[in-house]
Amino acid sequence: MDTLDALLREARPLPGHRPWPRYAVTADQWRAAGALPARGDCTLVSLWGQGAPLTPAVHLALHEEARGRLVVLSLDCPAGRFPSLAAACPPAARLERAVHDLFGLAPQGAPDARPWLDHGRWGISAPLGAREPAARRPANDYAFLPAEGESLHQIPVGPVHAGIIEPGHFRFTANGETVVRLEERLGYVHKGIDGLLAGAGLAQAARLAGRVSGDSTVAYALAFAQAVEAASGAAVAPRAVWLRALMAELERLANHFGDIGAVCNDAAFAIMHANWSMLREQVLRAAAACFGHRLMMDCIVPGGVAGDLDAAGATRLRELVAALRPRFLELVDVNDNSPSLLERTVGTGILKPELARRFGAGGFVGRASRREMDARKRPGYAPYDELAFEMPVLNSGDVNARLWVRVQEVRHSLALIEQLLASLPPGPLPPATPIAVSAPAEGAALVEGFRGDVFAWVRLEAGGRVARCHLRDPSWFQWPLLEAVIEGNIVADFPLCNKSFNCSYSGHDL
Amino acid sequence: MNALLVQGSQMLLVLALAPLLTGWVRKVKARLLRRRGASVWQPYRDLLRLLRKEAVVADSASWLFRVAPYLIFSAIWVAAALVPTFAINLIFSWSADLIAIVALLGSARFFLALAGLDVGTSFGGIGASREMMIAPLAEPAMIMIVFTLSLLAGSTQLSSIVAYMIGPEVGLRISVAMSLVALVMVALAENARIPVDNPATHLELTMVHEAMVLEYSGRHLAMIEAAASLKLLLYVSLIAAIFTPWGMAAAGQGLGHYLVGGVAYLGKLAAGGFLLALFETSIAKMRVFRVSQFLSAALMLGLLAVLLLFVSRNL
Repeated sequence: MDTLDALLREARPLPGHRPWPRYAVTADQWRAAGALPARGDCTLVSLWGQGAPLTPAVHLALHEEARGRLVVLSLDCPAGRFPSLAAACPPAARLERAVHDLFGLAPQGAPDARPWLDHGRWGISAPLGAREPAARRPANDYAFLPAEGESLHQIPVGPVHAGIIEPGHFRFTANGETVVRLEERLGYVHKGIDGLLAGAGLAQAARLAGRVSGDSTVAYALAFAQAVEAASGAAVAPRAVWLRALMAELERLANHFGDIGAVCNDAAFAIMHANWSMLREQVLRAAAACFGHRLMMDCIVPGGVAGDLDAAGATRLRELVAALRPRFLELVDVNDNSPSLLERTVGTGILKPELARRFGAGGFVGRASRREMDARKRPGYAPYDELAFEMPVLNSGDVNARLWVRVQEVRHSLALIEQLLASLPPGPLPPATPIAVSAPAEGAALVEGFRGDVFAWVRLEAGGRVARCHLRDPSWFQWPLLEAVIEGNIVADFPLCNKSFNCSYSGHDL
Repeated sequence: MNALLVQGSQMLLVLALAPLLTGWVRKVKARLLRRRGASVWQPYRDLLRLLRKEAVVADSASWLFRVAPYLIFSAIWVAAALVPTFAINLIFSWSADLIAIVALLGSARFFLALAGLDVGTSFGGIGASREMMIAPLAEPAMIMIVFTLSLLAGSTQLSSIVAYMIGPEVGLRISVAMSLVALVMVALAENARIPVDNPATHLELTMVHEAMVLEYSGRHLAMIEAAASLKLLLYVSLIAAIFTPWGMAAAGQGLGHYLVGGVAYLGKLAAGGFLLALFETSIAKMRVFRVSQFLSAALMLGLLAVLLLFVSRNL
């Protein structure tokens, strides 16, 4: 069982899971699957649980990038336990802790038994499992990992920060200015989305999925819609597929502009922040004019899109690209010719390619550290298989590289928007395909958001209600890398590293 | 009696103008970023608001924490009153020289760092330790500048230095140019401006000055904010008095001259504030450990200027 193929030959395939297969595995096969990512054969995509009224089980999604295929492995846990994979596959650690907190399924032999999302404020344990009453724990009842030595001191930061950002706690152990260890504590924005999604109707579920992380609302809505369409076999009109891609690229543009500006701002380079913010604002206004919402929230629905793009809208987008490109190139030039900025970004917060690969880091975080992964290319989805674009990959893995990958992606996104507009199938747009589900069905999707690959897995009941939906943000694998990246850097450079990652709190805490 | 009145008006003038200069710098920065920005009077409103608010003090704070803001404010106010603004040879200017001004600023900094450490929070400690990394380089650089100027003018009295600089014998001197550059660098560091520190940041981990005063609130914070504004005004006035002494009146010249001096002073402040805002928007903040190199350059410039003067009085 030392390759995925060998493992799958012995596993029992389960029907009704599209577009990739799902297999039932035994505990031994589960353990063997967990050892595969460390060998570099495949990457962990996600690990999630399910609870009552479904049979308690855990699922594992693996991506074999060389062959562009995903598989989902499922292990029933009638005793409420499953073998932990975290020792062999570190990125699974926090996912397992979250499964334990939400479903009460205990990972056996886990290296870290502390709770993750459950801060002891819910009054119950395992809200999606047994729902036993639990005593509330004080906020400081959490054992941070020790760092011992003379002259080390701790700096607690958060969860409430001085700026208007999401809450998260960072515990630094530093030797003077040099960071010896950073430990994150997240879960402050847990909204119970998994619980809300279970039993929700499709329209409601799509709205919820679009609110997992506001800045990636298009990516989440798209991932959810694709998973639902895969499960139900519904076909989407080509024009709708093109419009979805247009929205996804606009979202990428807006967020990359915002991120590049924010990195400049954290280096106290205020004028560049103002300039990049203006570009972001132009994109958001165009999105509002064309699709009716600045962030394009709820514009993608299962089966299609909520509204068509009229001729005026298409013209507006063409003008947007024409206006953005020269300004963008100018600003890139300024960024690249500001020694004071480069001095801060070059060589700061280096992520080693080996770590990026082991954690399956998506998006600019992975691509700045030599990881060739873009869900638009691998496994790929429509309409990107018909479009020409490159995947920028850099080697150095520092703050500057993460900035430059974004710059390259902006360039490609601008070109993609032009291609999409040129090849947009003619209107009018047919109404969204109705989703009909006669028997329980399951679907999965991997979509490239601006941060990286967003994974969605959905199980629909007969009639179309959602029985269980799992949405995995790329930040799950980027947050732990941030801890690794800051080691040996100085405390004052953390905001810069953090902003170059720009992980989602909301998408991670669910 | 008249001399006392003029000196008194100088003391009140610096106190009254300091928040305006801060507001002006903020306004110019905002306009450069194409923001509308708050009114230039906003710092006055902020001070008033803080004075009316309750001062919340940490349980672990000692008496030092409560006393420090007043000490810092008075030390800096006295120092600012000693710097010639619209007129030289004022009555107090003979009681202390440039070295005394440096010492007053140094003691203010000492108490601020102590207050930062006093509460025992990690940010106060970080701020104090960073400030103490900056100070040992900024102070000697400042002393070198003082030496250069006093070697030229033959006195450490600011009024004498300014009188010398107005006079015809000063000419174009490389040592003066070097000390101007060095003084600007020291002023940026001392006032926690970009590229050394960012006065507008919300990022706790990158703060220097703001980290030390994080625990302050109410009237204590008002004192600290007023002191910070005064310190900025002091440095702009100092640079203006030494390097652009034009229009300055001498004591006892009469109201007309004082008025001309006052208008010239306002113009110099406005120009200084504008240049500061322009510089701050055009550059990113440097890495914390790079600050020592930046200040070493200032120290070297000051040292070179002094050495040049020993080589030849004409340089």
